[in-house]
Amino acid sequence: MFGTYDRPDQRNMLDQTRQGVIGKPLDRPEGHLKVAGQATYAAEYQRPNCAEGVLVGATISQGRVTAIHRDKVMSMPGVLGVYAADAMLRRAAQGMAAEAPKQDVQIVDFPMQPVALVVAETFEQATAAAKALQIDYEETSDVPFSPKGQETEPGSEPIESGDLEATMAQMAHTIDVTYTTPGHASAAMEPHASIAEWDGDKLTLWGSFQMLRYNVKELADSLGVASRNVKIMSPYVGGGFGSKLGISHDAIAAAVAARDLGRPVRVVLTRQQVFEIIMRRSETEQRVRLGADEKGRLQALGHEAWVSNLPEESFAEPVVQATQFLYAGENRRLAVELARICRVTAGSVRAPGEAVGMQVLEAAMDELACEMQIDPVKLRKRNIPSTVPGDDTPYASRKLAEALDEGAKAFGWDKRAKKPCQRREGEWWIGMGMASAARVNMIMPAQARVTMRADGSVLVQSDQTDIGTGSYAILGQIAAEMLGQPIDRTTVELGDSSLPSGAGSGGSFGAASTGSAVFRACEAIRAVLAGRLKCRPDDLQLQDGKAWAEGIEPRDVTDLLDGDIAKIGRIKPGKTSNSHQQATYGAFFVEVAVNAFTGETRLRRMTGAFGIGRVLNEKTARSQCLGGMVWGIGSALTEELAFDERDGHLVNHDLAEYHVPVHRDIPPMEVIFVEERDPVASPIQAKGVGELGICGAAGAISNAIYNACGVRLRSFPMTPDKVLAELPDPFAK
Amino acid sequence: MKAFDYARAADLPDAVGSDAKLIAGGTNLLDLMKLEVETPDALLDINRIGLDLIEPEGDGLRVGALVTNSDCAADARVRKDWPLLSKAILAGASPQLRNKATTGGNLCQRTRCGYFMDNQSPCNKREPGTGCAAQGGFNRIHAILGTSDACIATYPGDMAVALSALDAQVVIAGRSDSRTVRVRDFHVLPGDAPQHENVLQPGEVITGVTLPAPVEGVQIYRKVRDRASYAFALMSVAAVIRMDQGRIAHAQLAFGSLAHKPWHDPRIEELLKGETPTPALFDKAADLLLEDAKGYGANDFKIPLARRTLAAVLAEATGV
Repeated sequence: MFGTYDRPDQRNMLDQTRQGVIGKPLDRPEGHLKVAGQATYAAEYQRPNCAEGVLVGATISQGRVTAIHRDKVMSMPGVLGVYAADAMLRRAAQGMAAEAPKQDVQIVDFPMQPVALVVAETFEQATAAAKALQIDYEETSDVPFSPKGQETEPGSEPIESGDLEATMAQMAHTIDVTYTTPGHASAAMEPHASIAEWDGDKLTLWGSFQMLRYNVKELADSLGVASRNVKIMSPYVGGGFGSKLGISHDAIAAAVAARDLGRPVRVVLTRQQVFEIIMRRSETEQRVRLGADEKGRLQALGHEAWVSNLPEESFAEPVVQATQFLYAGENRRLAVELARICRVTAGSVRAPGEAVGMQVLEAAMDELACEMQIDPVKLRKRNIPSTVPGDDTPYASRKLAEALDEGAKAFGWDKRAKKPCQRREGEWWIGMGMASAARVNMIMPAQARVTMRADGSVLVQSDQTDIGTGSYAILGQIAAEMLGQPIDRTTVELGDSSLPSGAGSGGSFGAASTGSAVFRACEAIRAVLAGRLKCRPDDLQLQDGKAWAEGIEPRDVTDLLDGDIAKIGRIKPGKTSNSHQQATYGAFFVEVAVNAFTGETRLRRMTGAFGIGRVLNEKTARSQCLGGMVWGIGSALTEELAFDERDGHLVNHDLAEYHVPVHRDIPPMEVIFVEERDPVASPIQAKGVGELGICGAAGAISNAIYNACGVRLRSFPMTPDKVLAELPDPFAK
Repeated sequence: MKAFDYARAADLPDAVGSDAKLIAGGTNLLDLMKLEVETPDALLDINRIGLDLIEPEGDGLRVGALVTNSDCAADARVRKDWPLLSKAILAGASPQLRNKATTGGNLCQRTRCGYFMDNQSPCNKREPGTGCAAQGGFNRIHAILGTSDACIATYPGDMAVALSALDAQVVIAGRSDSRTVRVRDFHVLPGDAPQHENVLQPGEVITGVTLPAPVEGVQIYRKVRDRASYAFALMSVAAVIRMDQGRIAHAQLAFGSLAHKPWHDPRIEELLKGETPTPALFDKAADLLLEDAKGYGANDFKIPLARRTLAAVLAEATGV
């Protein structure tokens, strides 16, 4: 019950249980609260006597603060304090940092970096004072503002085997191309926000976070208090996408000011601050070399990426993460190089690595398929390796071929024109493209408490967050299924750091990890019930509040209960994490229309087929895939952080100018789940689904653009300006 | 947002001559106030002074300054006889914004230049004399026509581009009298005073827009943008084209997001008149449009984009 996950759980128990709620497309239990505006988000808590704080951003790009002229603003109406404490953050914490060492906020690392917090009685007073606060700086210019032409260092250990160059020279078909992707923002709807309140040396912080077990440690470390004295409440989170993995400036600043003032303090980032100071996905330059023999089997595979981050940050966008195991090609070189530049911290943005790595790899694969005149689906299927190239690790369950086949069939891939510029409807060129999807899979340490009350009802508790993904729904479904109760007899409490530590929401591992902890807690309860029923746990049958076993007549489960049974389930990654290559796979198929005059690209339809292990809730899983695919559309066509290369500041720092797709950009979308159970991944045979939908999607779109109009762009996003430069004469017959 | 006084005007005379900043829908002004790009000491709310009717005027139509964009676009007369205006309005913003935005306010909306909006970069429009950070910066959405060393910002809207093509008039009430100005003359080029965006004088109030008698012909509003909705135009074309026996009998054209004002060049209309439509003719029209065009790096693409979009519109209108 306690240990690590060392051996695949082959019992496949959730297919043996009888309640029949697992996998069902049930509504989220908190869904109505959210759409009715009744779910309380971090900034919305009403705390008595709460003061309002506004973070002040540096007006220089790099250097240091030499003086903060507090006195003038302290006499402004309502102003309570101006803070620039050591504990405050220059940079948001990276995911799973679990620490937040003191950062001197008088040093300026990047434009708009917070250097002070102004607190006043009202938000308007604080804003006015923040605006009026005069700060002197000493400006420096040590760090370049653009990665172009900068020296780099290895961002990770390169993976090399065989002889890439020599093999490339011998291959019948080769591709050697360089693509670029721009920086991306998480752009979650709910801005980062914190309300801090002290009771003696105990801090309660209402915030918007993804991983409370780490966030508590980060807060405690930064503030110099014991973790046990820090409580975070984060029951509802309006999107995270990586940007709320670690604590951000608002949390520490609110806590520092609240401690000093002896009253609650609220700090909410402005939309512009969310863009400017939290976390960006690095821009990338990626060189892909593919060498295939006459039969289209990859023998050579090079994927080298150049990314950036601030000095001292260890995070380097792991661009080649899936390239490592997706396709054949024994002779390989996979590497990530890191440049140090002066732009806001680079960190995890939904599907770090694969999001941009897969779209480029898959675009390059399309180029190879075109060069060989082979169907792109066939090329991919031909290159599914039997073991991981280079190190012979076996694969856990892998449904790539099935996803390619089922997706192609559902989409009608056989109707794709073999060459570009074959289909024109009025002003529009029509084309189809496809790509594989792949994303690493993992579980993380997780705990959950499940209580079966005397009346048979079930309570699931964990500090696991629900960032809009469906944690409330699926954790309740697992417990209801395991304990044989209708779903409406199950309650789930999340997002409270005083509850047992879930895995948190990150890396697509929340559902399988915390879900497995719930599963194990339920197993422990089942063992108790079996003992009371006098049967073996494996023989215990539970459904709709009845318990029975072979030879034992059904009886109400409440007959077996003389009080609460509360058990904590635990899971930790073990040998299965290394014994097999674990990943989720899929395939994207897309039809686009490209305007022959203007270069505008509009999607007409999109199909995604995915193998994610057991589907815990068909509705929430589908929503995750849809959301990922929408991100792919943004990555392909519209999203780009525009940094001014003269001073590193972000020009498009709001949702008007940073173009996430809008409803009208989204065509009819189809999501297909390939039937799969993966006992290597988790005891509930489930894998992650939060990120897979983006991993490769943009490549399918770029490939469809080529198929439509013959324009092969190697620069994302493929905006009209870039497309039209390559378009053929629109009047040519 | 800087603290400000707020008052409500009871009628037009209340508003005319006021020193306060007028607010109607506030869809642009409030954003700019939150950013402190606009920091008025006082706001005068003109939402309750009437001016919210669409009424016949001669053979044309008078659209009150406080008619919302939604109401104007949905008006049966507008849709029937001036569909260009309806299409242009519906190409902009979102339904929620159009429900609030007004005819007069839309004419006065300000540029979306990121350096103007950030309230920090040098910007001659926001702070005369400080310079223009857009030149040499990220200027993908900026102007290629009628720019100056002081400013390369665009007028970003859609409605006014259609009004320019339709040759509508802006009706303005002043302290002593009223005047009308063609939409084509309402906005001004930046020159060395880009803080001035139109000919409104202090104390003047837009009371409405007059549409001239309907013009026969195909009416097209074509907006090129990065995403399918809720994005400002990379460029737009408003066109009224009438064909007669295979030739272009009449053409009215205006262009959006290429300049500090909706761009109108009568030479293009003259060139097209009486001609048989061909791709070569469209190219000649584009030559005229773009003869003084100047790119600033990231917006260089607007030159071929304008050429191609004009061709697309003319082809659609003439059936080429």
